[in-house]
Amino acid sequence: MARWESVIGLEVHVQLNTASKIFSGAGTAFGEPPNTQACTVDLALPGVLPVLNGEVVRKAVLFGLAVDGEIAETCRFDRKNYFYPDLPKGYQISQLDEPIVRGGHVMVDTDDGPRQIDLTRAHLEEDAGKSLHEDYAGLTGIDLNRAGTPLLEVVSEPQLTNPREAAAYFRAMHALVRYLGICDGDLSQGSMRCDANVSVRRPGAPLGERTEIKNLNSFRFLEKALVFEIDRQIDVLESGGSVDRETLLYDAERDETRPMRGKELSDDYRYFPDPDLLPVVVTQELLAEVRATLPELPDAKRERYERTLGLDARDARWLAADPDRAAYFEAAVDAGGQPKAAANWIMGDVAAALNRDGRPPSMIPVPAEQLAKLIVRTLDETVSGKIAKSLFEMLWSSGEGDVDDLIAEHGLKQVSDDDSLTELVTNIVAANPAQAAQYRAGQAKLLGYFVGQVMKATSGKANPRKVNELLREHLRAE
Amino acid sequence: MDNLGTLTGIRDALGAKAASSVEIVRDCIRRIDTARHVNAFITVCEEDALGHAARADAAIARDGMRGLLGVPIAHKDIFCTDGVRTTCASRMLENFVSPYDATVVARLRAAGAVMVGKTNMDEFAMGSTNETSFFGPVANPWDVGRVPGGSSGGSAAALAAGLVPAATGTDTGGSIRQPAAFCGVSGLKPTYGRVSRFGMVAFASSLDQGGPMARSAADLRLLLHHMEGHDPRDSTSADEAPTPHAPQRTMNVGIPREYWADLGEDVARPLEEAVESLRRLGHRCHEVSLPHTAFAVPVYYVVASAEASTNLSRYDGVRYGHRAGEPADLDDLYRRSRSEGFGIEVKRRILTGTYTLSVGYYDAYYGQAQRVRRLIRQDFLDAFGQVDVLLTPATPTPAPALGALTGGVDPTVMYKQDVYTVPASLAGLPALSIPCGFADGLPVGLQLIGPHFAEDRLLALGEAFQRETDWHLRTPTVPEAA
Repeated sequence: MARWESVIGLEVHVQLNTASKIFSGAGTAFGEPPNTQACTVDLALPGVLPVLNGEVVRKAVLFGLAVDGEIAETCRFDRKNYFYPDLPKGYQISQLDEPIVRGGHVMVDTDDGPRQIDLTRAHLEEDAGKSLHEDYAGLTGIDLNRAGTPLLEVVSEPQLTNPREAAAYFRAMHALVRYLGICDGDLSQGSMRCDANVSVRRPGAPLGERTEIKNLNSFRFLEKALVFEIDRQIDVLESGGSVDRETLLYDAERDETRPMRGKELSDDYRYFPDPDLLPVVVTQELLAEVRATLPELPDAKRERYERTLGLDARDARWLAADPDRAAYFEAAVDAGGQPKAAANWIMGDVAAALNRDGRPPSMIPVPAEQLAKLIVRTLDETVSGKIAKSLFEMLWSSGEGDVDDLIAEHGLKQVSDDDSLTELVTNIVAANPAQAAQYRAGQAKLLGYFVGQVMKATSGKANPRKVNELLREHLRAE
Repeated sequence: MDNLGTLTGIRDALGAKAASSVEIVRDCIRRIDTARHVNAFITVCEEDALGHAARADAAIARDGMRGLLGVPIAHKDIFCTDGVRTTCASRMLENFVSPYDATVVARLRAAGAVMVGKTNMDEFAMGSTNETSFFGPVANPWDVGRVPGGSSGGSAAALAAGLVPAATGTDTGGSIRQPAAFCGVSGLKPTYGRVSRFGMVAFASSLDQGGPMARSAADLRLLLHHMEGHDPRDSTSADEAPTPHAPQRTMNVGIPREYWADLGEDVARPLEEAVESLRRLGHRCHEVSLPHTAFAVPVYYVVASAEASTNLSRYDGVRYGHRAGEPADLDDLYRRSRSEGFGIEVKRRILTGTYTLSVGYYDAYYGQAQRVRRLIRQDFLDAFGQVDVLLTPATPTPAPALGALTGGVDPTVMYKQDVYTVPASLAGLPALSIPCGFADGLPVGLQLIGPHFAEDRLLALGEAFQRETDWHLRTPTVPEAA
């Protein structure tokens, strides 16, 4: 029995990919020069007022429907008051008591198989700007491009039991929001960030005091930070100390957590309903309209891949976990690629090449139709599996070309013709009498030697099945 | 000074080409200069105004009169004006120049009105005497030793002194109606949501409402027409059309008894005479009750201060406004910028509001105030089941002497000045303040409160009263500046 168990809950901040901000008409493009995506409202000039972007509500509703949560008929925005230079109004507009979504759940792949994790709530809020400490000697720059970017904060119940599971939950959330098209999912640009609440306890004991690790922006850092923090808490408790409720930052370079300092923390945010905004009403019409746009979600895809495409559970889950990968797979199947073969290609050569080139699954240079053709040409024995792999490499590196044209152009058509292969096999057996004798004397593995000779003579284009067949026949015959 | 005349009169003179906008604007600017000791203006835009007036004259000559073309107007310095500084009478914004126009400013500009300047006010509209202004107090033109009221004291004084025929004001708890009463002019606080708040520097968002100030109810009607309407940039702006006034020869006028209990004899007499005038016009006046009236002032100061405390957080010395020199660190920058930039009354309300929103106090103060606010609103809705309008005093007394309510005086004495105006603010109702007589040579105002969006009814009654009386046409003799 484990001597300690950990209890983890995550708050995932999802940047919604609207063209304009949650309460202003300014753009939300990433990477633009500082303060070029900020208007008078984002700068909090005197007299300006927030106006809610309706797209933000639609995206939050879509999320709520996808997780089977309860969508509030009316909800409202509150002000969360604290002073910080990248928070221009001196308060963040958020939702305290009346979130747009309550409850819901997601399926997470754990070491013990799929597991349902319940959500507490998901609420809307605005992002803050950024303080730039590095670029100005002795001064801090303020970039308000991000200020007012819409965020959906998804809060899980404390049901995650270990760092791997927490990372798997974050991944599942990442896949879900990308499936829904409500977030670009680019972690390197901060499009998804997560805060982790973690405590440890003896099995069966009440919950221990928790700490919160802020601003984790990768699956790996989340897992590593939790591993470190759980060990730290256990060390503290085992040496007779007690865990303080505090907010921590994870330092990836040193692989440690340490207490957060700074003005973004306050003992009392003095929340109250924002009088500049009216309650948000989600009508039945809007619900129906948004529901009609719900895409097929990962669980449904996985099930369909298993049931109607005949994939095994593990492959189906892996393909469905990423919307771009799943879309590529489905496009290849739609173009005539045999499902199992398509799955093998994507899990094998495609994944390896993506990994090698450091590309995401949205940037596979080989069109799905060409992969499908490659599968068809392999199965109909126009080319061998080996030639298919080199054709795939050609397609990948050039990013263009047609499988049939390449086969013709490079003379890669498999030699399956009985007469010519028979003649070749006869000659090769005749030219290697010693090896033939050894084979007949029982050294069966010498068949490989003969296959190699035939392949060499045909530049690899001989149909290996035919070659094996003919060689066995000829070696036995004499 | 001779009488400048009313807004409607000036508009008609421009339309008849009996006067030019340049002449009228130049006259206003001369008057403002002559009365500079009244301190009604923080900024005068002579050059811009004369340029605009010349263009208005050309447009009138070319296409004839329309809207408010060429008519001079003063804006309370709480409305953002593109290119002309907007100070809110605070050191914090002493040099702030807005890059955009408030919706009200833009609409009046589009109607052709010529902005001659920005009027003085209580700092961030917090005050009832115009003495909290960083730019010094405003004098009451009827007695320069007295306050003009606040917070729209500059606008009221400018109208009373005949410096401009029209002005904008804002009213959070009486800031249009009370100075209008003290200065003997007319002012309307519209229904919450009828006039856009965009570009109006926020004090208390759930109460703030811009409105017209002028010399007559008819002038208010004309001004309101060019200020009101749905604004997509203000989420709380109403998109429902105002209820058109069905002409009523006679109205049921309710006199809430709670508003007369502590009224001094000097103020009560002109109000009673006003009631008699309305009866002579055929209206039925009878007593009604608004039982939660006594709670309105404490509720108002809790709600307004809470909202103000966070609305004013943006003045942090980081992006614009007053910034302390040589800050040692971030805390020092915040602490000194705000300590130096805000005056005493603003600080008092920020602290009060911060306290009432704090964990452990929220329910007892802000939460409770919102609950009582609903009761006050319900009082009015019940009353409007029986009567068409309510008639009340606008203020408990005529204008007090400068300094009488400030300095070492308990601030709640000043807050109680708002006792008759805050209930309608809390309920979001339209309310009109018009002159109805004098007490010891100082104007006395009456207030008409109507149901939501019934401005038309209030104005009709005000116009009828002003056809029968001439209180609104009386003007003080203002001694000229040395």
